[in-house]
Amino acid sequence: MATPGPARPKESDWTKPAAMAIPKEGYFAFAQGRYGPIFPKTPACHGFSVVAKVKAGREQAVRDYGKSIEEAVKNDPSVLAPLKLHYLRWILFDVGSGLHFMYQGIFDTDFDKYLEDAVALFVKTGITTVFVNLERWPDDWKTNLSAVVKFFREHQCPSFLEYGEYPYVTADEIKKALKLKSAFADMLDLMQ
Amino acid sequence: MNGRTEHGALELEDIQHFLMSRPPARAARYEFLTFRSPAYGRAWLMGLIDKVGTAKAVGSNQVDSRWVTIGFTWNGLQALGVDEASLATFPEEYRQGMAARAEILGTTGANHPDHWVGNLATPNLHAIAILFARDVAERERCRQEHERYLVQCAGVELLSSLDLEALPPFDYAHEHFGYRDRLSQPVIEGTGVEPTPGSGPPIKPGEFFLGYPDEEGPAAGMPQPEILFRNGSYVAYLMMKEHVGAFRDFLREHGETPEQELMAAKLMGRWRSGAPLVLTPDKDDPSLGADLQRNNAFTYGDMDPHGYACPLGAHIRRMNPRDTAVNMNRRKMIRRGGTYGPPLPEGAPEDGIERGIAAFVGCASLVRQFEFAMNVWANDPNFHELGKERDPIFGTQDGTLDMTIPKRPIRKKIRGLPAFTTIRGGAYFFLPGIRALRYLASLGDGH
Repeated sequence: MATPGPARPKESDWTKPAAMAIPKEGYFAFAQGRYGPIFPKTPACHGFSVVAKVKAGREQAVRDYGKSIEEAVKNDPSVLAPLKLHYLRWILFDVGSGLHFMYQGIFDTDFDKYLEDAVALFVKTGITTVFVNLERWPDDWKTNLSAVVKFFREHQCPSFLEYGEYPYVTADEIKKALKLKSAFADMLDLMQ
Repeated sequence: MNGRTEHGALELEDIQHFLMSRPPARAARYEFLTFRSPAYGRAWLMGLIDKVGTAKAVGSNQVDSRWVTIGFTWNGLQALGVDEASLATFPEEYRQGMAARAEILGTTGANHPDHWVGNLATPNLHAIAILFARDVAERERCRQEHERYLVQCAGVELLSSLDLEALPPFDYAHEHFGYRDRLSQPVIEGTGVEPTPGSGPPIKPGEFFLGYPDEEGPAAGMPQPEILFRNGSYVAYLMMKEHVGAFRDFLREHGETPEQELMAAKLMGRWRSGAPLVLTPDKDDPSLGADLQRNNAFTYGDMDPHGYACPLGAHIRRMNPRDTAVNMNRRKMIRRGGTYGPPLPEGAPEDGIERGIAAFVGCASLVRQFEFAMNVWANDPNFHELGKERDPIFGTQDGTLDMTIPKRPIRKKIRGLPAFTTIRGGAYFFLPGIRALRYLASLGDGH
């Protein structure tokens, strides 16, 4: 049985790009989280790809969320900070089985650990309401956390390959390094 | 009573007192019981209901050792005859029981349920009865009284018990390592109690008692039937052995008395007097430690973002991250419990006698409140991106993890922190309201 071990493997080295092939289930060894199996950290950190069918006639409603999230982040750049995101990609696609929505996120937090905080944030920012346009999204999503968790887990499509150019590095570390670089540059300028 | 009380006036005559008030008891006893059949279990319960202390009857200024607190595991509710349909509505983590959640909680290695004592990890653990007493003599009187009662009750057996005593000196609560305790508690909205500065606003009762509005809105997702869940709470029980000799040896490795006291403070986040490092990072201040109006009035993000005063992984910073975490009003818990075992005199070598603390963590959702704190705060080696560190006081330590103490110019890193505590047992209990207890005792009577 795996325990919540160190998040960063001992042999990690950010200077060496790395790829990781992942079994079909999304994990190597089953490790129990509070709400389901834990997905391992990869050279592309943590993340999920939630894919769900869009309810009939709701395409534009979903697309409009692009603008509302853009506004929310413009008004408060730190609004999504608790998710510890690197990147988000929201996609609508139809490859023959009807319109589908994919929510892909790459982040530094374990999906299982911060799920309640993520849902609380989604409710606060209105992000959750994009999900009401998806089939099988629970009607009682506002009060039934376990139904919401179930939706995310059932619609999660785990990666079978992930690649990282600077493996395991967190968004915080990147920002710290950039801050230092900027400070050194200023210091060197002052010494001219 | 049908429907929900939207405005949630607390039904103090129906809520058990355990999470609402703390009578000034210097001794207590926990009895862990098993029921050989539903009828026997119900008969035992029926004979005790009038002795169960309610929030209305039990104040915080006197101890009346007539009062008992009763809780049941999921297996215990089943053993009493609660039907399968109702049992299926209880939360998954409560159904599984704490022993089955070891991986999630991080209670692995030496803390694993395979090593637990007192039959706490067995499926036969059905109920807990908690007795409070003014002192040890009074507790002994209670124990004998309950022993006589148990003898009369066919088919109800004692699996194990634990006797608790406050440690002298009695002027304030402290545990075997010498730390002052009970300094940071949430206040329940509607009780009229004023939170101490730094303790945050009063919290909605639904965060601790089922059937009331919680921080997110009206009560939702309750188990069934209403008469069973209303005014109940879940408590996580943890029995934790404290390795006092090992703790003192460790401190001695870190210099003379002042440096040892500082090391003790860095592990906990407070000096042993209770004074918080954030407010007094370099030297102890016992009068601050004793002053409830000042000793909790601090934040981390604003006042100590890098942990130069209180290390990022220190115990109190993990158990309550304050302004460095989100959604904190959904992570509050009510703590109860006390110390067991005789004190180890200062300077005496480790004597191998069992001593430690037995704690209860009360909440309305074990998975969201208690399990989150264990999984994400206490036992996550990557809490605050530290990488290889767990809670230094009661995280699962196996001698391979570190503790970073931020310091100017260069931080101090302790490698291979020893285990100062070992979890000897635990369980998830449901503490029903009084009406619920009567309902349980009457099951099978044509209900």
